[in-house]
Amino acid sequence: MALQFTLNGKTVEFGGEARTTLADCLRHHLGQTGTHVGCEHGVCGACTVIVDGEAVRSCLMLAVQAEGSQVTTVEGLSEGEDLSPLQAAFRKHHALQCGFCTPGILTTAHALLTHEPDADEERIRHVLSGNICRCTGYLPIIEAILDARAAYADGRRGKPA
Amino acid sequence: MKLSRLEYARPASVAEAIELLQGTEGAKIIAGGQSLIPVLAFRLAAPPLLVDIGKLDDLRGTETTPAGTRLGARVRWCEIERDAALRRAQPLLAAMTDHVAHYQVRNRGTVGGSLAHADPAAEMPGVAVACEAIMHVAGPAGSRDVRSEDFFEGPLQTVLAEDELLVGLTLPPWPPGRRWAFEEFALRRGDFALAGVAVHYGRDAEGRMHDVRVGAIGAGETPLRLRAVEAELEGRKIGETLISSAAKLAAASVDPMNDLHADAEYRRALVATLFERAMLRAEHRQEEGENGPAVHP
Repeated sequence: MALQFTLNGKTVEFGGEARTTLADCLRHHLGQTGTHVGCEHGVCGACTVIVDGEAVRSCLMLAVQAEGSQVTTVEGLSEGEDLSPLQAAFRKHHALQCGFCTPGILTTAHALLTHEPDADEERIRHVLSGNICRCTGYLPIIEAILDARAAYADGRRGKPA
Repeated sequence: MKLSRLEYARPASVAEAIELLQGTEGAKIIAGGQSLIPVLAFRLAAPPLLVDIGKLDDLRGTETTPAGTRLGARVRWCEIERDAALRRAQPLLAAMTDHVAHYQVRNRGTVGGSLAHADPAAEMPGVAVACEAIMHVAGPAGSRDVRSEDFFEGPLQTVLAEDELLVGLTLPPWPPGRRWAFEEFALRRGDFALAGVAVHYGRDAEGRMHDVRVGAIGAGETPLRLRAVEAELEGRKIGETLISSAAKLAAASVDPMNDLHADAEYRRALVATLFERAMLRAEHRQEEGENGPAVHP
Protein backbone atom coordinates (compact mmCIF):
# COMPACT_ATOMS: atom_id res chain seq x y z
CA MET A 1 0.00 0.00 0.00
CA ALA A 2 1.33 3.42 -0.91
CA LEU A 3 -0.92 6.37 -0.58
CA GLN A 4 -1.07 10.03 0.27
CA PHE A 5 -3.35 12.18 2.37
CA THR A 6 -3.15 15.64 3.86
CA LEU A 7 -2.33 15.79 7.57
CA ASN A 8 -2.73 19.16 9.27
CA GLY A 9 -2.19 20.93 5.95
CA LYS A 10 0.84 18.93 4.79
CA THR A 11 0.89 16.05 2.32
CA VAL A 12 2.00 12.80 3.96
CA GLU A 13 2.68 9.35 2.58
CA PHE A 14 1.83 6.01 4.08
CA GLY A 15 3.27 2.74 2.83
CA GLY A 16 2.30 0.31 5.58
CA GLU A 17 -0.01 -2.67 5.71
CA ALA A 18 -3.66 -2.40 4.68
CA ARG A 19 -4.78 -3.58 8.12
CA THR A 20 -3.27 -0.48 9.76
CA THR A 21 -5.91 1.73 11.32
CA LEU A 22 -5.71 5.46 10.75
CA ALA A 23 -4.93 5.84 14.48
CA ASP A 24 -1.90 3.54 14.27
CA CYS A 25 -0.79 5.14 11.01
CA LEU A 26 -0.81 8.58 12.66
CA ARG A 27 1.05 7.45 15.76
CA HIS A 28 3.44 4.75 14.59
CA HIS A 29 4.11 5.64 10.97
CA LEU A 30 3.81 9.43 11.04
CA GLY A 31 4.97 10.02 14.61
CA GLN A 32 1.98 12.19 15.48
CA THR A 33 1.28 10.93 18.98
CA GLY A 34 -1.21 13.62 19.96
CA THR A 35 -3.97 11.24 18.89
CA HIS A 36 -4.49 8.83 21.79
CA VAL A 37 -5.66 5.25 21.48
CA GLY A 38 -7.86 3.94 24.27
CA CYS A 39 -10.21 1.06 23.59
CA GLU A 40 -9.31 0.34 19.93
CA HIS A 41 -12.87 -0.66 19.12
CA GLY A 42 -14.82 2.55 18.81
CA VAL A 43 -16.15 3.04 22.32
CA CYS A 44 -13.99 5.60 24.13
CA GLY A 45 -13.57 8.43 21.59
CA ALA A 46 -9.97 9.21 22.60
CA CYS A 47 -8.70 8.66 19.03
CA THR A 48 -11.16 11.08 17.41
CA VAL A 49 -9.68 13.03 14.49
CA ILE A 50 -11.29 15.18 11.82
CA VAL A 51 -11.48 13.69 8.32
CA ASP A 52 -12.78 15.97 5.56
CA GLY A 53 -14.39 18.21 8.16
CA GLU A 54 -16.10 15.47 10.17
CA ALA A 55 -15.15 14.04 13.55
CA VAL A 56 -14.49 10.29 13.23
CA ARG A 57 -12.93 7.59 15.35
CA SER A 58 -9.50 6.92 13.84
CA CYS A 59 -9.43 3.39 15.30
CA LEU A 60 -12.54 2.54 13.24
CA MET A 61 -11.04 3.57 9.95
CA LEU A 62 -8.24 2.03 7.93
CA ALA A 63 -5.41 4.34 6.93
CA VAL A 64 -6.02 3.37 3.30
CA GLN A 65 -9.55 4.72 3.61
CA ALA A 66 -8.09 8.17 4.27
CA GLU A 67 -6.41 8.28 0.85
CA GLY A 68 -6.83 11.75 -0.64
CA SER A 69 -8.56 13.09 2.48
CA GLN A 70 -7.84 16.11 4.66
CA VAL A 71 -7.05 14.84 8.16
CA THR A 72 -6.79 17.14 11.17
CA THR A 73 -5.47 15.91 14.52
CA VAL A 74 -5.08 17.75 17.80
CA GLU A 75 -1.65 18.90 16.56
CA GLY A 76 -3.43 20.82 13.80
CA LEU A 77 -5.87 22.74 15.98
CA SER A 78 -3.48 25.54 16.88
CA GLU A 79 -0.69 27.34 15.10
CA GLY A 80 2.70 27.11 16.74
CA GLU A 81 2.82 27.12 20.51
CA ASP A 82 -0.23 29.32 21.06
CA LEU A 83 -3.40 27.69 22.29
CA SER A 84 -6.46 27.96 20.08
CA PRO A 85 -9.45 29.67 21.73
CA LEU A 86 -10.99 26.22 22.31
CA GLN A 87 -7.81 24.95 23.96
CA ALA A 88 -7.52 28.14 26.00
CA ALA A 89 -11.10 27.65 27.21
CA PHE A 90 -10.18 24.12 28.32
CA ARG A 91 -7.31 25.56 30.37
CA LYS A 92 -9.46 28.32 31.82
CA HIS A 93 -12.22 25.94 32.93
CA HIS A 94 -9.93 23.12 34.11
CA ALA A 95 -11.55 20.89 31.51
CA LEU A 96 -8.84 18.26 31.72
CA GLN A 97 -6.95 16.46 34.40
CA CYS A 98 -4.90 13.48 33.19
CA GLY A 99 -5.39 14.63 29.59
CA PHE A 100 -5.71 11.23 27.97
CA CYS A 101 -9.16 11.85 26.52
CA THR A 102 -8.50 15.52 25.75
CA PRO A 103 -7.25 15.23 22.13
CA GLY A 104 -10.41 13.33 21.16
CA ILE A 105 -12.64 15.79 22.97
CA LEU A 106 -10.90 18.83 21.43
CA THR A 107 -11.19 17.44 17.89
CA THR A 108 -14.83 16.48 18.49
CA ALA A 109 -15.69 19.92 19.90
CA HIS A 110 -13.78 21.69 17.12
CA ALA A 111 -15.70 19.79 14.43
CA LEU A 112 -19.00 20.35 16.25
CA LEU A 113 -18.56 24.10 16.72
CA THR A 114 -17.24 24.54 13.17
CA HIS A 115 -20.50 23.03 11.85
CA GLU A 116 -22.79 24.26 14.64
CA PRO A 117 -21.31 27.39 16.27
CA ASP A 118 -24.53 27.92 18.22
CA ALA A 119 -24.76 24.37 19.60
CA ASP A 120 -26.62 24.54 22.91
CA GLU A 121 -25.72 22.73 26.10
CA GLU A 122 -28.03 19.82 25.34
CA ARG A 123 -26.47 19.34 21.90
CA ILE A 124 -22.96 19.54 23.36
CA ARG A 125 -23.85 16.94 26.01
CA HIS A 126 -25.35 14.69 23.33
CA VAL A 127 -22.23 14.91 21.17
CA LEU A 128 -19.87 14.46 24.13
CA SER A 129 -21.58 11.17 24.97
CA GLY A 130 -19.19 9.63 22.44
CA ASN A 131 -16.11 10.55 24.49
CA ILE A 132 -15.27 8.93 27.80
CA CYS A 133 -13.49 11.03 30.44
CA ARG A 134 -12.79 9.45 33.83
CA CYS A 135 -11.31 12.52 35.56
CA THR A 136 -13.40 15.63 35.13
CA GLY A 137 -17.02 14.60 35.52
CA TYR A 138 -17.60 16.41 32.19
CA LEU A 139 -19.07 19.62 33.64
CA PRO A 140 -15.91 21.74 33.13
CA ILE A 141 -15.62 20.33 29.59
CA ILE A 142 -19.16 21.45 28.79
CA GLU A 143 -18.44 24.88 30.27
CA ALA A 144 -15.26 25.19 28.21
CA ILE A 145 -17.00 24.27 24.97
CA LEU A 146 -19.86 26.67 25.68
CA ASP A 147 -17.29 29.40 26.38
CA ALA A 148 -15.39 28.67 23.16
CA ARG A 149 -18.46 29.11 20.97
CA ALA A 150 -17.76 32.82 20.49
CA ALA A 151 -14.57 31.95 18.58
CA TYR A 152 -16.63 29.99 16.06
CA ALA A 153 -19.31 32.63 15.47
CA ASP A 154 -19.39 34.61 12.22
CA GLY A 155 -17.39 31.97 10.34
CA ARG A 156 -14.25 32.41 12.48
CA ARG A 157 -13.85 28.62 12.71
CA GLY A 158 -12.13 28.70 16.07
CA LYS A 159 -9.28 31.00 15.08
CA PRO A 160 -7.85 33.45 17.64
CA ALA A 161 -9.29 36.96 17.39
CA MET B 1 -6.14 -5.78 19.34
CA LYS B 2 -4.66 -5.12 15.95
CA LEU B 3 -6.50 -6.44 12.93
CA SER B 4 -5.40 -9.66 11.25
CA ARG B 5 -3.46 -9.31 8.00
CA LEU B 6 -5.73 -8.56 5.11
CA GLU B 7 -5.79 -7.37 1.53
CA TYR B 8 -7.73 -4.30 0.53
CA ALA B 9 -9.49 -3.40 -2.71
CA ARG B 10 -11.53 -0.38 -3.67
CA PRO B 11 -13.70 -1.26 -6.68
CA ALA B 12 -15.10 1.37 -9.04
CA SER B 13 -18.44 -0.34 -9.65
CA VAL B 14 -20.89 -2.74 -8.03
CA ALA B 15 -20.04 -5.31 -10.74
CA GLU B 16 -16.36 -5.06 -9.87
CA ALA B 17 -17.16 -5.43 -6.17
CA ILE B 18 -19.08 -8.64 -6.90
CA GLU B 19 -16.17 -9.98 -8.99
CA LEU B 20 -13.82 -9.31 -6.07
CA LEU B 21 -16.18 -11.12 -3.69
CA GLN B 22 -16.29 -14.07 -6.10
CA GLY B 23 -12.52 -14.12 -6.47
CA THR B 24 -11.63 -14.50 -2.77
CA GLU B 25 -13.38 -16.86 -0.40
CA GLY B 26 -14.32 -15.10 2.82
CA ALA B 27 -13.93 -11.59 1.40
CA LYS B 28 -16.05 -8.99 3.19
CA ILE B 29 -17.59 -5.71 2.10
CA ILE B 30 -16.56 -2.63 4.09
CA ALA B 31 -18.34 0.73 3.88
CA GLY B 32 -18.22 2.92 7.00
CA GLY B 33 -16.63 0.06 8.92
CA GLN B 34 -18.22 1.13 12.21
CA SER B 35 -19.51 -2.38 12.93
CA LEU B 36 -16.98 -4.39 10.96
CA ILE B 37 -13.76 -2.89 12.29
CA PRO B 38 -14.62 -3.67 15.94
CA VAL B 39 -15.32 -7.25 14.87
CA LEU B 40 -11.91 -7.37 13.18
CA ALA B 41 -10.23 -5.70 16.17
CA PHE B 42 -11.61 -8.42 18.46
CA ARG B 43 -10.48 -10.95 15.83
CA LEU B 44 -13.95 -12.40 15.75
CA ALA B 45 -13.45 -12.36 11.98
CA ALA B 46 -10.34 -12.36 9.82
CA PRO B 47 -11.42 -11.87 6.21
CA PRO B 48 -8.54 -12.24 3.74
CA LEU B 49 -9.85 -9.35 1.66
CA LEU B 50 -11.84 -6.20 2.40
CA VAL B 51 -13.79 -4.82 -0.55
CA ASP B 52 -14.29 -1.10 0.18
CA ILE B 53 -17.43 0.27 -1.46
CA GLY B 54 -16.56 3.75 -0.19
CA LYS B 55 -16.13 5.14 -3.70
CA LEU B 56 -19.36 3.74 -5.16
CA ASP B 57 -21.33 6.94 -5.39
CA ASP B 58 -24.42 5.28 -6.86
CA LEU B 59 -24.94 3.68 -3.44
CA ARG B 60 -25.37 7.14 -1.91
CA GLY B 61 -28.41 9.35 -1.80
CA THR B 62 -32.08 9.05 -0.99
CA GLU B 63 -35.12 9.46 -3.15
CA THR B 64 -38.75 9.76 -2.08
CA THR B 65 -41.43 9.04 -4.70
CA PRO B 66 -45.07 7.94 -4.40
CA ALA B 67 -43.67 4.37 -4.35
CA GLY B 68 -41.70 5.00 -1.18
CA THR B 69 -38.29 6.17 -0.03
CA ARG B 70 -35.22 4.53 -1.47
CA LEU B 71 -32.04 4.81 0.59
CA GLY B 72 -28.68 3.87 -0.88
CA ALA B 73 -26.67 1.42 1.23
CA ARG B 74 -24.02 4.10 1.86
CA VAL B 75 -26.40 6.69 3.36
CA ARG B 76 -24.90 7.70 6.70
CA TRP B 77 -26.72 8.43 9.95
CA CYS B 78 -25.51 12.04 9.96
CA GLU B 79 -27.09 12.52 6.53
CA ILE B 80 -30.47 11.33 7.77
CA GLU B 81 -30.06 13.59 10.80
CA ARG B 82 -29.62 16.67 8.58
CA ASP B 83 -32.20 15.89 5.88
CA ALA B 84 -35.43 17.62 6.91
CA ALA B 85 -37.36 16.41 3.84
CA LEU B 86 -36.34 12.81 4.48
CA ARG B 87 -37.28 13.11 8.15
CA ARG B 88 -40.76 14.32 7.15
CA ALA B 89 -41.11 11.58 4.54
CA GLN B 90 -40.06 8.79 6.95
CA PRO B 91 -40.62 9.97 10.54
CA LEU B 92 -40.03 6.56 12.16
CA LEU B 93 -36.66 6.32 10.40
CA ALA B 94 -35.84 9.80 11.75
CA ALA B 95 -36.92 8.95 15.30
CA MET B 96 -34.83 5.76 15.20
CA THR B 97 -31.75 7.47 13.79
CA ASP B 98 -31.56 9.73 16.84
CA HIS B 99 -30.72 6.64 18.92
CA VAL B 100 -27.96 5.25 16.68
CA ALA B 101 -24.49 5.29 18.25
CA HIS B 102 -22.45 8.44 18.89
CA TYR B 103 -21.60 11.59 16.93
CA GLN B 104 -18.32 10.28 15.51
CA VAL B 105 -19.77 6.91 14.53
CA ARG B 106 -22.78 8.56 12.92
CA ASN B 107 -20.40 10.46 10.62
CA ARG B 108 -19.21 7.19 9.05
CA GLY B 109 -21.75 4.48 9.86
CA THR B 110 -24.13 3.52 7.05
CA VAL B 111 -27.66 2.22 6.75
CA GLY B 112 -26.51 -0.67 4.56
CA GLY B 113 -23.73 -1.59 6.95
CA SER B 114 -26.11 -1.84 9.89
CA LEU B 115 -28.53 -4.00 7.89
CA ALA B 116 -25.84 -6.32 6.53
CA HIS B 117 -24.18 -6.61 9.95
CA ALA B 118 -27.58 -7.68 11.36
CA ASP B 119 -27.00 -7.14 15.05
CA PRO B 120 -30.34 -8.10 16.65
CA ALA B 121 -30.10 -5.04 18.94
CA ALA B 122 -29.37 -2.56 16.13
CA GLU B 123 -32.02 0.04 15.37
CA MET B 124 -32.07 0.07 11.56
CA PRO B 125 -32.90 -3.63 11.11
CA GLY B 126 -35.78 -3.18 13.58
CA VAL B 127 -37.21 -0.25 11.68
CA ALA B 128 -36.76 -2.06 8.34
CA VAL B 129 -38.82 -4.97 9.68
CA ALA B 130 -41.43 -2.76 11.36
CA CYS B 131 -41.85 -0.77 8.11
CA GLU B 132 -41.84 -3.82 5.82
CA ALA B 133 -38.90 -2.41 3.87
CA ILE B 134 -37.60 -4.11 0.75
CA MET B 135 -33.86 -4.84 0.58
CA HIS B 136 -32.14 -4.45 -2.78
CA VAL B 137 -29.38 -7.01 -3.26
CA ALA B 138 -26.87 -7.23 -6.13
CA GLY B 139 -25.07 -10.44 -7.04
CA PRO B 140 -23.46 -12.27 -9.97
CA ALA B 141 -26.86 -13.23 -11.39
CA GLY B 142 -28.17 -9.66 -11.22
CA SER B 143 -30.36 -7.94 -8.66
CA ARG B 144 -32.98 -9.34 -6.35
CA ASP B 145 -35.33 -7.83 -3.81
CA VAL B 146 -35.78 -9.40 -0.39
CA ARG B 147 -38.49 -8.59 2.13
CA SER B 148 -36.91 -7.32 5.33
CA GLU B 149 -38.61 -10.01 7.38
CA ASP B 150 -36.91 -12.66 5.22
CA PHE B 151 -33.55 -10.87 5.19
CA PHE B 152 -32.42 -11.54 8.78
CA GLU B 153 -31.64 -15.16 9.63
CA GLY B 154 -29.99 -14.89 13.05
CA PRO B 155 -27.51 -12.84 15.05
CA LEU B 156 -25.11 -11.29 12.50
CA GLN B 157 -26.62 -13.51 9.80
CA THR B 158 -28.56 -12.51 6.71
CA VAL B 159 -29.62 -14.19 3.49
CA LEU B 160 -26.83 -12.37 1.63
CA ALA B 161 -24.66 -14.91 -0.19
CA GLU B 162 -20.85 -14.59 -0.03
CA ASP B 163 -20.84 -12.95 -3.46
CA GLU B 164 -23.78 -10.62 -2.91
CA LEU B 165 -23.97 -7.11 -1.58
CA LEU B 166 -26.76 -4.94 -0.24
CA VAL B 167 -27.10 -1.87 -2.47
CA GLY B 168 -30.05 -0.18 -0.78
CA LEU B 169 -33.52 -0.49 0.62
CA THR B 170 -36.95 0.96 -0.01
CA LEU B 171 -39.25 2.02 2.81
CA PRO B 172 -42.94 2.05 1.82
CA PRO B 173 -44.59 5.47 1.51
CA TRP B 174 -45.63 6.97 4.85
CA PRO B 175 -49.35 7.84 4.82
CA PRO B 176 -50.17 11.29 6.20
CA GLY B 177 -51.55 11.38 9.73
CA ARG B 178 -49.86 8.18 10.79
CA ARG B 179 -48.70 7.96 14.43
CA TRP B 180 -45.29 6.61 15.33
CA ALA B 181 -42.70 6.20 18.06
CA PHE B 182 -39.37 4.51 18.61
CA GLU B 183 -38.30 3.82 22.19
CA GLU B 184 -35.21 2.04 23.40
CA PHE B 185 -33.25 1.61 26.60
CA ALA B 186 -29.45 1.55 26.67
CA LEU B 187 -27.11 1.67 29.67
CA ARG B 188 -25.41 4.76 28.26
CA ARG B 189 -26.61 7.12 25.56
CA GLY B 190 -25.52 5.88 22.14
CA ASP B 191 -24.73 2.36 23.31
CA PHE B 192 -26.44 -0.68 21.88
CA ALA B 193 -29.96 -0.96 23.23
CA LEU B 194 -30.80 -3.66 25.75
CA ALA B 195 -34.15 -3.61 23.97
CA GLY B 196 -36.17 -1.29 21.77
CA VAL B 197 -39.69 -1.02 20.36
CA ALA B 198 -41.03 0.65 17.22
CA VAL B 199 -44.74 1.28 16.70
CA HIS B 200 -46.71 2.97 13.95
CA TYR B 201 -50.38 3.02 13.06
CA GLY B 202 -53.11 4.95 11.34
CA ARG B 203 -55.91 6.41 13.44
CA ASP B 204 -59.44 7.34 12.37
CA ALA B 205 -61.49 10.29 13.64
CA GLU B 206 -62.94 8.18 16.46
CA GLY B 207 -59.45 7.15 17.58
CA ARG B 208 -59.56 3.58 16.21
CA MET B 209 -56.19 2.24 15.10
CA HIS B 210 -55.61 0.60 11.74
CA ASP B 211 -52.65 -0.93 9.90
CA VAL B 212 -50.81 -1.29 13.19
CA ARG B 213 -47.14 -2.31 13.03
CA VAL B 214 -45.04 -3.22 16.04
CA GLY B 215 -41.37 -4.18 15.94
CA ALA B 216 -38.83 -5.06 18.63
CA ILE B 217 -35.02 -5.13 18.81
CA GLY B 218 -32.73 -6.76 21.34
CA ALA B 219 -35.58 -9.16 21.97
CA GLY B 220 -34.69 -12.20 19.88
CA GLU B 221 -32.15 -13.60 17.46
CA THR B 222 -33.31 -11.19 14.75
CA PRO B 223 -35.32 -7.97 14.79
CA LEU B 224 -38.91 -9.05 15.42
CA ARG B 225 -42.33 -8.05 14.21
CA LEU B 226 -44.90 -8.59 16.94
CA ARG B 227 -47.91 -9.70 14.89
CA ALA B 228 -49.94 -10.85 17.89
CA VAL B 229 -49.69 -7.37 19.38
CA GLU B 230 -50.61 -5.80 16.06
CA ALA B 231 -53.71 -8.01 15.87
CA GLU B 232 -54.66 -7.11 19.45
CA LEU B 233 -54.59 -3.40 18.63
CA GLU B 234 -56.07 -3.47 15.14
CA GLY B 235 -59.44 -1.70 14.85
CA ARG B 236 -59.58 -0.75 18.53
CA LYS B 237 -59.51 2.57 20.35
CA ILE B 238 -56.32 3.32 22.19
CA GLY B 239 -56.68 3.48 25.97
CA GLU B 240 -54.84 2.61 29.15
CA THR B 241 -56.38 -0.85 29.53
CA LEU B 242 -55.63 -1.82 25.96
CA ILE B 243 -52.04 -0.54 26.12
CA SER B 244 -51.49 -2.46 29.33
CA SER B 245 -52.87 -5.76 28.00
CA ALA B 246 -51.01 -5.33 24.71
CA ALA B 247 -47.78 -4.66 26.65
CA LYS B 248 -48.17 -7.99 28.44
CA LEU B 249 -48.71 -9.65 25.08
CA ALA B 250 -45.61 -7.91 23.70
CA ALA B 251 -43.50 -9.28 26.55
CA ALA B 252 -44.90 -12.76 25.94
CA SER B 253 -44.22 -12.51 22.19
CA VAL B 254 -40.47 -11.95 22.38
CA ASP B 255 -37.65 -14.39 22.94
CA PRO B 256 -34.74 -12.38 24.37
CA MET B 257 -31.26 -13.65 25.11
CA ASN B 258 -29.34 -13.79 28.36
CA ASP B 259 -26.03 -12.00 28.15
CA LEU B 260 -23.56 -10.02 30.18
CA HIS B 261 -25.65 -6.86 30.02
CA ALA B 262 -29.11 -8.14 30.90
CA ASP B 263 -30.94 -11.41 31.37
CA ALA B 264 -33.88 -12.51 29.28
CA GLU B 265 -36.46 -11.77 31.96
CA TYR B 266 -35.24 -8.19 32.31
CA ARG B 267 -35.32 -7.64 28.54
CA ARG B 268 -38.84 -9.08 28.39
CA ALA B 269 -39.97 -6.60 31.04
CA LEU B 270 -38.21 -3.82 29.13
CA VAL B 271 -40.14 -4.67 25.97
CA ALA B 272 -43.42 -4.23 27.87
CA THR B 273 -42.34 -0.91 29.36
CA LEU B 274 -40.91 0.42 26.09
CA PHE B 275 -44.05 -0.64 24.24
CA GLU B 276 -46.18 1.34 26.71
CA ARG B 277 -43.93 4.37 26.35
CA ALA B 278 -43.99 4.09 22.57
CA MET B 279 -47.80 3.93 22.43
CA LEU B 280 -48.15 6.95 24.71
CA ARG B 281 -45.59 8.93 22.74
CA ALA B 282 -47.25 8.02 19.45
CA GLU B 283 -50.68 8.96 20.74
CA HIS B 284 -49.49 12.36 22.01
CA ARG B 285 -47.44 12.99 18.86
CA GLN B 286 -49.83 15.57 17.45
CA GLU B 287 -48.67 18.09 20.02
CA GLU B 288 -45.17 17.95 18.57
CA GLY B 289 -46.41 19.05 15.16
CA GLU B 290 -46.20 17.44 11.77
CA ASN B 291 -42.47 17.58 11.33
CA GLY B 292 -41.50 15.13 14.01
CA PRO B 293 -38.35 15.38 16.05
CA ALA B 294 -35.96 18.30 15.80
CA VAL B 295 -33.48 18.45 12.93
CA HIS B 296 -29.85 19.18 13.65
CA PRO B 297 -28.13 21.34 11.04
